[in-house]
Amino acid sequence: MLEVQQLAVNYRGICGLDRVSFQIEHGQLVGIIGPNGAGKSTMLKAMLGLIPASTGVVHYCTCPLHQQLERVAYVPQRSQIDWDYPITVWNVVMMARTRSLGWFRGAGRPAREIVKAALERVEILDLKDRRIGELSGGQQQRVFLARALAQQADLLLFDEPFTGVDKTTEAIILDVFDDLRAQNKILLVSSHDWGRTLTHLDRLLLLNQRLIADGSPQQVMTPENLHEAYGAALRNPFHDTIEPTLFC
Amino acid sequence: MLDWLLEPLGFEFMRHAIAISILIGILCPVVGSYLIVQRMALLGDVIAHCVLPGLSISFFLGIDILIGAFGSGILGSFIIAWIRSQSRIKVDSAMALTFSSFFALGVTLISVLKNKLDLDSFLFGDILGVTLTDIQRTLAIALLILVAIRLFYKELLFYTFDPTGAQAMGLPVNVIYLGFMAAITLTIIASMQAVGVILVIALLIGPALTAYLMVKELHHMMGLGALIGVFVSLSGVYISYYHNLPSGPAIVLVSSTLFLFVLLFSPSQGILIRPSQNRSTE
Repeated sequence: MLEVQQLAVNYRGICGLDRVSFQIEHGQLVGIIGPNGAGKSTMLKAMLGLIPASTGVVHYCTCPLHQQLERVAYVPQRSQIDWDYPITVWNVVMMARTRSLGWFRGAGRPAREIVKAALERVEILDLKDRRIGELSGGQQQRVFLARALAQQADLLLFDEPFTGVDKTTEAIILDVFDDLRAQNKILLVSSHDWGRTLTHLDRLLLLNQRLIADGSPQQVMTPENLHEAYGAALRNPFHDTIEPTLFC
Repeated sequence: MLDWLLEPLGFEFMRHAIAISILIGILCPVVGSYLIVQRMALLGDVIAHCVLPGLSISFFLGIDILIGAFGSGILGSFIIAWIRSQSRIKVDSAMALTFSSFFALGVTLISVLKNKLDLDSFLFGDILGVTLTDIQRTLAIALLILVAIRLFYKELLFYTFDPTGAQAMGLPVNVIYLGFMAAITLTIIASMQAVGVILVIALLIGPALTAYLMVKELHHMMGLGALIGVFVSLSGVYISYYHNLPSGPAIVLVSSTLFLFVLLFSPSQGILIRPSQNRSTE
């Protein structure tokens, strides 16, 4: 079980995240939603200790999460990566094995098999020798999905995986999420616009600095909650993308 | 042609110059590749200027200049990192301020401590004055860095490509960063004698950048960069010998000319090649 208690982030006097607490059971796919600047990425990063938390603890299976980072796969936003870096698809995915191979050791046959299987799963094995800069946005996102798979982690955190991807990639991502959930993993996924993909989630966290609502998508996406998160000007930001039934 | 190549070898100072050219021709592009892919190219220039106070102090105390220069270079990079983390000042401003301050301190110390340090050869290098000790020192530094890069290649690749991801997986990113700073500082110290601190940045960046235009993997960039590095530094030394030109600038100008040539004509990236390729694929 993943347990986040009172997690808060202050950045030079500005509140980035305000005492957020929640728990996630194994086999759950949990979405995080909120306006731009709501602290979605900040929360994911603070959970892993990538940015310092001012208060709060994060436990996974009763031990602090930062002591077992090899069990966590983190997929950063696509914009954080330098896509002009001289590296091929294959070697990006191979990075997933860095910790498990250990120091001074190169990739042996088992590692290569794992990487190959991950690339096959996201349907880009044929692109393995391409430089990453030559790929489309959706293909780039799939490279990072493959890297997360190849890490064989128990807890997977995705930051905005659906931004700027094509329909094929979106379908593959959702399909892989379903697989991982069936394997009893924990998935925590942020997105500023879930659209129809909301129906795939077990649970949704609505965030705007603090945790405004936590529950099934139907429970969370009420006009009152959205009003609180997005303000009066954006009373119904999901008007075009969310099925109306979700609001009832 | 063979005579042209062999004639300079009759002189000991030329044999030394050629030996050190080969060493720094290999070492600089390998380390420089990391600077380029991390968008930290100017850090090489910064650290190069930051070693001056340490050089002056070690001259004064009569200790090995390697110790002083290394300490001073590392301190400079720490101060930059510290200013960055403690305020909202951006890294380019922090670098500009730090390196000019260190340089000023160095020049002042040379005057105050009445060093016999030759500022001219520090700035522009004196490849014809290289001694056997210099070569041994450079060889030791080059071996140390190249072996370390070979051993930690996969960790370094991860860190330079996706530092956040590397940290998220629990790699010791602070140790890796420190190792980088040490490697850059040592590379600069090893190359200082040959090309000087002003021009060492050209050897760190030029050959590796030329290679970058032609390859798709970091280790290819390093390998090809090293080949180009050896070629340009040897060419520079020969041109300097036969045409009585200063050797540091000769090396840098050969490197830049080659870069320009590849930028214009590289098969995949060449500015003058690309349009015709596009036409043929349309």
